[in-house]
Amino acid sequence: MSFLYEPIGLSHYLAVGAFLFVCGIVCMATKRNALGILIGIELVLNGAILNFIGFASPYFRDENLGLDGHLIALFVIVLAAAEAAVALAIALNFYNNHATIDVDRASELKG
Amino acid sequence: MGEYFAGWFPADWEFLGYTLAALVQAILLIHVIALGAFVFIWAERKVSGRIQDRLGPTRTGGKFGWLQSLADGIKLLSKEDLMPKDADPILFKLAPYVSLAASFTAFVAVPFAAGWVALPLNIGLFFVIAILGLEVFGVILAGYSSGSKWSLFGAMRQAAQVVSYEVPLGMCVVVPVMICGTMDLVAIGEQQRGWFTNWLIFHDPFIFIIFWVYFACAVASVNRAPFDLAEAESELVAGFLTEYSGMRWSLFFMAEYGSMILVSLLASILFFGGWNGPIPIFTGLIDWFPDYLGNSWVFTTFANLVGVVNILLKASIGVIIMMWVRWTFPRLRVDQVITMCLKYCVPIAAVCLLGVMFWTALGIGFLNDLVPSQPRAMVRESWVEEGQRREAKRFDSLQTPSTDSAKGEVE
Amino acid sequence: MSELLLAAAQPTINWHTVMFYVTAIFACGFAVVVTTTNNIVRMAFALIVSLAATSGLLFLAGAYFVGAMQLMIYVGGTVVLLIFGVMLTAQKAFITMRTRASDWILGLLVGGALFSILLQLAFLIPQWQSSDYQAAADAELAAYVEKLKADKADGKVITQEQRDELERLEIAADDGMPQRSGEIGLALVGVRADKAQRPDEPGLAGYLLPFEIVSIHLLVVLVGAAYLARARRHSHAGASQ
Repeated sequence: MSFLYEPIGLSHYLAVGAFLFVCGIVCMATKRNALGILIGIELVLNGAILNFIGFASPYFRDENLGLDGHLIALFVIVLAAAEAAVALAIALNFYNNHATIDVDRASELKG
Repeated sequence: MGEYFAGWFPADWEFLGYTLAALVQAILLIHVIALGAFVFIWAERKVSGRIQDRLGPTRTGGKFGWLQSLADGIKLLSKEDLMPKDADPILFKLAPYVSLAASFTAFVAVPFAAGWVALPLNIGLFFVIAILGLEVFGVILAGYSSGSKWSLFGAMRQAAQVVSYEVPLGMCVVVPVMICGTMDLVAIGEQQRGWFTNWLIFHDPFIFIIFWVYFACAVASVNRAPFDLAEAESELVAGFLTEYSGMRWSLFFMAEYGSMILVSLLASILFFGGWNGPIPIFTGLIDWFPDYLGNSWVFTTFANLVGVVNILLKASIGVIIMMWVRWTFPRLRVDQVITMCLKYCVPIAAVCLLGVMFWTALGIGFLNDLVPSQPRAMVRESWVEEGQRREAKRFDSLQTPSTDSAKGEVE
Repeated sequence: MSELLLAAAQPTINWHTVMFYVTAIFACGFAVVVTTTNNIVRMAFALIVSLAATSGLLFLAGAYFVGAMQLMIYVGGTVVLLIFGVMLTAQKAFITMRTRASDWILGLLVGGALFSILLQLAFLIPQWQSSDYQAAADAELAAYVEKLKADKADGKVITQEQRDELERLEIAADDGMPQRSGEIGLALVGVRADKAQRPDEPGLAGYLLPFEIVSIHLLVVLVGAAYLARARRHSHAGASQ
């Protein structure tokens, strides 16, 4: 358990961020429920926030992003809220018009 | 406290000391909340009884029935633990704990006296409000996982209500933050030292209105009558609680009482001076004899204990007013609840926010300036104070020629 | 022998590291649950835990304000909205929708490849693999105290500036909290308290314009979402007429 004795570095944060990102990507690719895809997007954005905060943290690098990283993370959070509201409105509209939430059935525009 | 306990242990085992300190604080907090729920459940029965011209419980435990909550608890413990066939078993079992954990976690950042806080955070207020918003997940999970339409309706109402009431609630708590210039709850409380005229509710007329908006939103966000649509028994059987019984039901109940105490504590810190009594007995004594009393550990601890009594009294008054409201007003309809939030609370809070902003910017005096205490900017956030304390300790060790070096020379 | 040397060099467990691993396991584990479960409601619940654990990671990196913001807006607002959507569409047929095996294989292949590349990139730079922040802060504090002691021995009086510097070093060494909520607020109205404004680089350092754009954006989203939610009622009214 020697890894518990060493301070963690930026790489660990990047690894967790990458894991969340990939989980989100796989989630977006495999779910058929429109809201499941939305949940995948949230995970992807979360990985991005984690990266920004990791790069901004003075604990890991001397030349960190500093406040810029924090502010960009805040903007990501706010935009995620906006995105969720619009995506939810679209999903609910889709559900109302087609009586399903399965994105594979959203094929009206298919040629 | 952690450092004090850490001193008991040998070099490599200091973490045991910190764990011990954390345990002591956790046990203290849990007991405050659990005993609070215990007392307030009894008080609610007595208050409701008196309001309805009844006596309330009279038999269990003497004349006033003060052991009624214990009897209730034993009854709930011995009830059969039922789970509906359609329920989602994992989420159904998890939901009460989510609710309870969210309600209790928020207490971590709430100070009970000057510096007596389990987790000193420079964003304490923000943290508490954020955690308070998480309690709704327990209700939503309970509502969905019960597999009953009454539960689902109750949970959806609750979700809509909590999300919309977070907006005016946030606007109300921003006002004390704006006046104090910090989100550290300890610093906000300390800035209201002195006579009761220094309490923030007397800062200007607008914040007086803001307090009532805060109170309404707090009642709504902890889901109490007249805003308890999620469990409106005349429409929804018991809402999200329909399928719950026994211990799980009582966990939801404890979470509700926990958050009632929490919003009352917040109200007393933000508007009513927190742990400062109406008459500054202890701070006055410290100001007169700073050398003797200010440095006396026993005296400051005693002052803080009285402060704890103060803040708990203020919070209890808040909770009892919530009970009074519950047993006096009829329940609102769904549309009335949302109307009240969007058409009344938000505009009033916004106008008063602007009002307080101009009042502060123009420097108009009000009751706060009658008997001013120390200037607000003099009160530092707790992390600054901690740094100053460490620096002072180090400085003292530098000033007095250290005994180690003296010993070294002798040897 | 080498283990003994290691233990002698770093005798104590780093609790920051332990907390990081515990929180990271929560975040990653529940992210896996999000990806693998078919039940949409359990997915939403796992997302809550994953996001809350991520906010714990933000706290551990010293970003207190962003962490609380994540709890408040993301977990308390956005996900409640999501769950609201889930419950509005939660009919038996849509709660568990199975994914085809081919989709799974393709998704896992692409995801696995992406993750292996990202992981290699994350651990590519040796300086990023560990942090000497605590050691450096401790060393700086110790050096400063030694310097003050030497000054004291020379008979110099410790000035207020030196005391302030000592206080800063104490805070940096003890908890290293970057206390940034006030600075974030200032930056959002266009004043950077952390970066001194240089004459050759005027403006553009604050975030006033992005802040305004985001607030207008939120307003537009609000109106748009309300419009989308109303649209169905209009079309039905039109159809019935």
